[in-house]
Amino acid sequence: MLLATQTKLGQLIGTSDWTVVLNVLFYVIFIVFIFYGQRIQMYVMLREVEVSLYKLKFIKEEGRKVAIETIREIGKPQADPTDKVDRFLEYFTIGPQNLDPAGIVSKLEHILDVRDTRFKDEVKSMAPASDETQVNNLENTLEAASALNFIYKVIRHYYLLGKKTMSLYVIMQIQMILPLVMREAEAYASALKAFAYGQPIGDGAGALVAARLMYGYEPRKIAKDCVVATVPYEGRTAFVIKAEGPGGNVGKPGDAIKEVIEENEGKIAMVVMIDAALKLEGEELGEVAEGVGAAIGGPGVDQYKIEESLLKYHIAINAVVIKEDVGDAVSPLRKEEFDSTDKALERVKQVVVEKTKEGDKVIIAGIGNTIGIGQ
Amino acid sequence: MSGNTGSITASKISSFVLLVVFITLALSLVAIIFAAAIVGGFVSAGNDMTGAYVLLALGVLGVAICTYVLAETRRRLLKLKIVVPPVMTTIECRKCGIKTVRDFQRGDYIFKETEPCQKCSGMMLITAIYREVKEKEKERFPF
Repeated sequence: MLLATQTKLGQLIGTSDWTVVLNVLFYVIFIVFIFYGQRIQMYVMLREVEVSLYKLKFIKEEGRKVAIETIREIGKPQADPTDKVDRFLEYFTIGPQNLDPAGIVSKLEHILDVRDTRFKDEVKSMAPASDETQVNNLENTLEAASALNFIYKVIRHYYLLGKKTMSLYVIMQIQMILPLVMREAEAYASALKAFAYGQPIGDGAGALVAARLMYGYEPRKIAKDCVVATVPYEGRTAFVIKAEGPGGNVGKPGDAIKEVIEENEGKIAMVVMIDAALKLEGEELGEVAEGVGAAIGGPGVDQYKIEESLLKYHIAINAVVIKEDVGDAVSPLRKEEFDSTDKALERVKQVVVEKTKEGDKVIIAGIGNTIGIGQ
Repeated sequence: MSGNTGSITASKISSFVLLVVFITLALSLVAIIFAAAIVGGFVSAGNDMTGAYVLLALGVLGVAICTYVLAETRRRLLKLKIVVPPVMTTIECRKCGIKTVRDFQRGDYIFKETEPCQKCSGMMLITAIYREVKEKEKERFPF
């Protein structure tokens, strides 16, 4: 058939010489694709990764620049903070050994506490003029810049490894997950500005619901970086807990819930947790859903503590979540998410009224980063 | 200081790709001009016009490919732009309910008391901070 097409083409353009030329050309292309098809495919994929890598490098540099500029602007350092920022971007945390998992939660908590203290000390030394709220925001900005730096390095590693080994499978793996990685990097890029300016982010939707519940009531400090307010509602007493704002901070809601339970000698009828949850594609942004269990993300230390406290006194736990995707969770709060906090608030009130009776005590915990949200 | 809008753009086009595209474009244009010269009789090629038509076809094909490659590169560059939409702050007077919306300023946070109300001298309170994203019309799925 190929030959017939070429002959027809030859007849069409009127010379037999052309037929020969086209014949040879078709065979050459055919042979090249037989032997080098995979290699050509690899080059195409490498090129695709390379384009994304340029973009990642640009975003990473932008992150570093934003972090340095914000530190200079807010922290008024005596010396140039660039070296310290570069050192911060390379920090790592080694998780505890899990060959013998007994007691691993306390080990992990200890490591996370040490990391947090270390980060805060570093930020304070970089930005001596900043207050507590600004230190928290700067820490979040640096963590976002550090995440971008890490993403860039991992993608670069696989790109160079693929180029060096010319292994289709190494290149293919990175090329296949690239759209998801880029989405995450873009989310961190917009998070940088949010953290630098102290704007509320999508992850803070739970904390915002708690803040709206406790507004007008005197909050008191409880556990590390957490506040609680006693709010009367429909004959019940609600202990509303959230991380202390408006600095970027998630607090230790596990300790806070445990403390409130212990203060009340376990006489708590129910715990309601409100948090932002990852939505599946196809679900609406800001959709509110209800369920049971400890609605809290992170490394798992707080979830473990909450579950332990609840088990000790056999307290029921309900959860209300606001659906959002990974990009929205770390980007400035969207209008849809803000509006959905009204719906979440109504659901929480409904759960409290339906599942408890007058005179009961309930804990309502708004989970998430409280950046840009006061109380 | 508002300064909460902006975009991040990466503008890297491979110089090798650009070189290849421009060489191909130049050759294609030469082919078209040459073909036109043969057809117009400015260059003598006998009675057989086949060569001229082949040159014309190759030239047009080359120009089309170059235009496509350049358009694709431009589309990719546009895709590399990250637009950070503006963040708005809503301030409300708890006493008279007057509401104002302005650009976010550093230091704003939800439930922050700002300046006194110009209407009733009650305290103004920041009640909302959010960004509005204008989404393209969503693709409709039957499920």
